[in-house]
Order: sequence, then structure tokens, then C-alpha cells
Amino acid sequence: MSALNIKKGSTSHSAYDLRSANSEVEESHTLAVIVENEPGVLARVIGLFSGRGYNIDSLTVAEVDHTGHRSRITIVTRGTPAVIDQIEAQLSRMVPVHAVHDLTMDGPSVQRELALVKVRGKGEHRIEALRLAEIFRANVVDSTLESFVFEMTGTPEKIDAFADLMRPLGLVEIARTGVAALKRGF
Amino acid sequence: MSKQMTGAKMVVQALKDQGVEVVFGYPGGAVLPIYDELFLQNDIRHILVRHEQGAVHMAEGYARSTGKPGVALVTSGPGATNAVTGLTDALMDSIPIVVLTGQVPTFMIGTDGFQEADTVGITRPCTKMNWLVKDTAKLSETIHQAFHVATHGRPGPVLIDIPKDVQFATADYTPAEKAKISHYQPRTEGDPNQIARLVEMMETAERPILYTGGGVINSGPRASQLLRELANETGFPVTSTLMGLGAYPASGKSWIGMLGMHGLYEANLAMHGCDLMINIGARFDDRITGRVKDFSPRSKKAHIDIDPSSINKVIHVDVPILGDVAKVLEELLRQWRARGSRTDKAGLAKWWKQIDEWRAVKCLAYKPSTSTIKPQYALERLEALTKGMDRYITTEVGQHQMWAAQFLGFEEPNRWMTSGGLGTMGYGLPASIGVQIAHPEALVINVAGEASWLMNMQEMGTAMQFRAPVKQFILNNERLGMVRQWQELLHGERYSSSWSESLPDFVKLAEAFGCKGIKCDDPKDLDDAVMEMIRHDGPVIFDCLVEKHENCFPMIPSGKPHNEMLLSADAEAFRSGAVLV
Repeated sequence: MSALNIKKGSTSHSAYDLRSANSEVEESHTLAVIVENEPGVLARVIGLFSGRGYNIDSLTVAEVDHTGHRSRITIVTRGTPAVIDQIEAQLSRMVPVHAVHDLTMDGPSVQRELALVKVRGKGEHRIEALRLAEIFRANVVDSTLESFVFEMTGTPEKIDAFADLMRPLGLVEIARTGVAALKRGF
Repeated sequence: MSKQMTGAKMVVQALKDQGVEVVFGYPGGAVLPIYDELFLQNDIRHILVRHEQGAVHMAEGYARSTGKPGVALVTSGPGATNAVTGLTDALMDSIPIVVLTGQVPTFMIGTDGFQEADTVGITRPCTKMNWLVKDTAKLSETIHQAFHVATHGRPGPVLIDIPKDVQFATADYTPAEKAKISHYQPRTEGDPNQIARLVEMMETAERPILYTGGGVINSGPRASQLLRELANETGFPVTSTLMGLGAYPASGKSWIGMLGMHGLYEANLAMHGCDLMINIGARFDDRITGRVKDFSPRSKKAHIDIDPSSINKVIHVDVPILGDVAKVLEELLRQWRARGSRTDKAGLAKWWKQIDEWRAVKCLAYKPSTSTIKPQYALERLEALTKGMDRYITTEVGQHQMWAAQFLGFEEPNRWMTSGGLGTMGYGLPASIGVQIAHPEALVINVAGEASWLMNMQEMGTAMQFRAPVKQFILNNERLGMVRQWQELLHGERYSSSWSESLPDFVKLAEAFGCKGIKCDDPKDLDDAVMEMIRHDGPVIFDCLVEKHENCFPMIPSGKPHNEMLLSADAEAFRSGAVLV
């Protein structure tokens, strides 16, 4: 394996493909798939992943252009560079798919996820949870005398970190939306 | 002004607008309104099949022998589920077909109604695209789009699921020319810069090979014509996959035979030893590559394909060219000719000398017999006796299929219909009927094994009813020959369930269907019997009793590279089973 640590996203500015096509190292990629908003399109995309044995780490979907009938599916997936290329090719040849963007390869991008985190506790634990929530800029959206529901947005790593801190303080359950992402600049 | 009509009438009108002349189908409750409309017109011919799987394979046979999309019409529930094998077969082999299915009325969907199945859910992974039409106003446009999708880019099967109330309701008909143009417009022109790179490689290659596939045939007759020009002008050897046979003529001077698991010794060794591989419309299938790690280790590879997901899927290539075969070959020839039509003539002469040495091994040699009919002999005689005739061949799946590919020669594209990717036993008989319906005057022969043939033998009724004089040439070894061969070679000769017990008397079976039956078990009688089959004006079931334990060679066992091929004991270079080069 190459000893060089080549930052993901840097290859789109290079005249050469800096990563070996034969690398066996799995990478995480965020794909934005613009699809025709029609019945069954999500099943079609998910079926491709399950049918061909690809991974889905997270997935979000919503209509983004009502008049143009377009939905945006954001998929975080893992695979070797060859597998990622194959996933993109398989997606882009599907009839209802308009475009596939690999946000990991297209340069820097903004990635955000929303989480709702329910924490139950009394006394010191409750105070500590609230203090940490402030540090993480989480909002309290529901409260009882014994519990909070925090709402926070951030990268998946930030949400992971917050959830890890809440666990010993009384984490009850967590709901996450999966990643929504856009390329930086234009 | 657009015309108002019922959904059922729209279906028939849209098919007419798309130039459809024949529909293969089977009626049922959920498609009765469409059958009513078919009854009231005479432009579209309906071929009543005996099982929906047969309808889809007939549509495939029709499509592959004409280049036009084939159409099948089946009812909801079991009608649709019976079509699944044919859809998958067409998807794997890139065959353009349009399948229309009936569905329970929209208000009943999801209630587990009688003959309800989630047809679009079931067929999503086995179609290129499918639609459930819930609004009659969208029906005609959807049908036009379906034909567009089936025939553009990499061809494939599409399915339209039409609930019964949508067939009864009335709406405006959208003619084909007014239908919304689908955004689905795959790129067909190859990148001229990549083509230029390939041209440079062609000029200096010492051991080039053209590795052609079904994409040449799917691209149309022009692609086959250009391939012939390319091969003849460069002098590069041509091999082909099972799917691509006929694109380059078997009698052509550059032809070195089919490659792959049961391909010719010279073709596989040329693939292994080449320094420039030009893949034209093939997909590096596992039956072709053998062990991927050792596949053609010393070559630069170019790949021409219309499907972006075919490129770099299995084998990493140096020059990817995304585009339609005919358009890419046109540009490739233009550039190569403009630069002076150069090749390394000395290198090529040496390369051909090497290929001729491999040829001298005579890898298809078999031990002849005067007492039993060898399957290879039967096909050699069939080839000799039908040469020059207006001939179409379909096959079932197994040993007979590989022998047919090895021993029959194809001079033109669209003359060879076989289930390659999916390997569907039961394909050949219905496919032969589809071919015969498209070419009523031609000689259509299904080269079959008895086990495969039984899987869809009910379609003999269809052949009789519609006077399709298909010839069923059954190489009967009373075995599942290919299974038996693998058990012999790889499973310690334990023949688990691989013999055909309780076979019917095929001559009597033919008589029961009302057609002609011929039985032959003596090599001396074979020629006369084959001629009797060819001359008979009507369907024939030919029971050709052949050697029961013949193995199909050459053979590259699964997971082995091309240079670890098994040859028969009769081939010259046979050395204790495996030949290592």
C-alpha cells in the first residue's frame, strides 16, 4: 500500500488519479443521487445496494424540486475505490436517475445530520447533561422533571461524540436522520 | 386533437404506433379488456402460448432474430410471476422486450385480491425499468416511454403493470410523437481522444485480439459490417463470446472461434497471450475470464461498451470507451485509416503463426463411432446439411448448447439465439417459435437436450396451432449432460439425480401433438433422417439418441485461468488431463 496519505477530495484538482484503482482499502463516500420523484424509485436504489452487496451506512431522501419532480437521495457508503466507482456507474445507468455526485471526490463538502437524544436522570447527572448539551450547542426541545430531549445538528462524528457522553448520564434513545450533504462553493 | 379512448384500446393503439406486429400472450381476468380490443382488430397478431414463460422467451426469440423489441401480454398474479424467468433472461442477455401485465383494480391493490401480486416489486430487479400505471391519462405515454427505454442504451426488458380499472377508464390518447421525451438518453458517441489512444496501440501491437460480444449484435447490422471491415483491414484475429457468434462470419479468415469455458484452445490461449485486447461489446463474464487474477496478464486492454457499469466491473481496462459499438467502430476506423492504416505486419505474421500452432492441436477432436451417434457428429452433419440455407438456430442450455456453439458456423448476426447469461433451460423451444413467427419461410432449428426441452415442451401446442414449422433437434443422452460431466470430473463420479428417468417416447409425443416425430440412433441413418426433418413442412420433434457419457471439451474448470484448460483425450496435445502453456 502507498505510504502517502492522500486526502480524499484532492484528486478532483489533479490531472492524475492519485489513488490506486486496485487499492483494497475501504473508503467512506457520500453520494448525492438526483432522481425522478416517482413511485418505487427509492426501492429501486436500495434494491441495487442490497442486490449487489454494497453497504449503506446512512441514507436520506426527500423531494427537493416539486415542479421539476426531483428528489435528492444522500447515501453514505463504504467500499474499495473500484467498488465505489462501480456503485456510481450502476446508479448513473438507472433510468430514473438524473445525476450522481460523489461529494467525497468532488472537493470539500458540508455534511450535516440531525439527532434527537433522550436522556433520563436526576441531580448531578441531569445538570451535567444540560451543561454538555450547551457545549455541543444542542437545544432542549422537550423536558420533564426527570428527562430531556435534545435536538442537535452536526457531522455524524459530532453526534457520535455527544451520544457517547450522554450514555453514562442516562441516554434512553436516539433518533438520527442520516447525512444530508452539499458541495462547498459552486 | 387527441382522441379519447379506453385504456385497453390505448394499449392496442400504442402498440400499433410502435410498429408492433405480433404479441405473445395468455389471457386472464386482469387483461380481458385488452384481449377484447385485440379481438376487434386485425393489425396485431396474437400468438396464444401455453405458459407465460413461453410467451416471454418467444418475445426474446422474436427480438433477437429481428433486432426489434418483442412484446408479451400476460395477466396479473401467476401470469406475471411466470414471466419472471424470461424477464431475468432478457436482462442478463440485454434483449429488448416489452411485457404488459394486468393487475387487480387500483382500489384493490394491497388487499391480497384474487390473482394479485406485487408485480412491479417482484420484477424491479429483473427489468431495466418497470411502471405501475394508475391513471389512464398516463398510459399511452408510459407505453411509448417503455419502448424507448427497452431499445435505447443497453437494451433490456421493461414491464408495464396495468390495473383493470385503468383499462376500462377513458382518457386522451397521446401519440408517440407527442409523448414526453424521456430524459433517458444514454451517450452513444465514443470519446475521440480515447479512440485515438486505441488507434496508437493498434499500430504497434504485436499480438492483438478482437474480443467481441453480444453488444456488436445489439448495436445493429452496421456494427457487424464495421467489425468485418476492421478485422479484414487490420488482419487482427477475432474471437467471440457465446452471445456474439455471427457478428464476424465463421468462414472469415480472421476467425479463431469462440472463447470461454468451453471455447476453443486457440481462442483462449490467444486471449491469454495477447498484448492488446480490444473488447467490443462484451462484458468479461466469469465464463470468459476464468480466474480473474490470471486473466490475460500481459495485455493492454480496451473496452467498448454502451453501459458504464460494464467497464471496470470485473477487469480493469486501460482504454475505456463508452459508446455504441457501431458509432465507436466508425470513428476508430476513420482515425486509423486517416493515419495510414498501419499495423505491425511482422509482429502479426508471428502471432498468426503461433495461433496456427495452437489450432493444430485440434481441440474439438473426438473419437468417432460407427455404432453410436456422437453428439459432435450429429452437429457436424446438421451443419453440413443445412449450410447455405436460410437458417436460424436456438438452443436450450447444457452440453448440447456448447457443442452447437463449437460445431455450427454462423455467417450473419441475429441467426443464433441462446440463453447465455442466465442459462435458462427451457429457453430454446419457445424462442424457436418466436423466431419462426418473425421469419415464417426460414429454417428454424432448436438444438436441444432432452432434459431442457421437457421444461417447456407444452409450447409444441403453440407451434402446431400457429403453424410454426420449428425443428426440435433433441440430442438425447438420457442424462443432464453438463451436470453429469461436472459430477464425473469434480464430484467423484457420484451421479446425483443427473439422469433422465421415465422419458416420454418422443415420436409418440410428437404424434400426440399432431406433428411429426423422427427417431434416429444409428450414425448411418442420420443424414437421411436430418434431411427428412428439414424437408418436412411442419413442426418436427427429432429424437437423436446419442452417446450417453460424452464430455464437452475443451473445458476451463471454474476458477482456473485460460492456460489451464482440459482437452479431450483425442486432441493431439492431451497430456494427463491438463495442458499448461
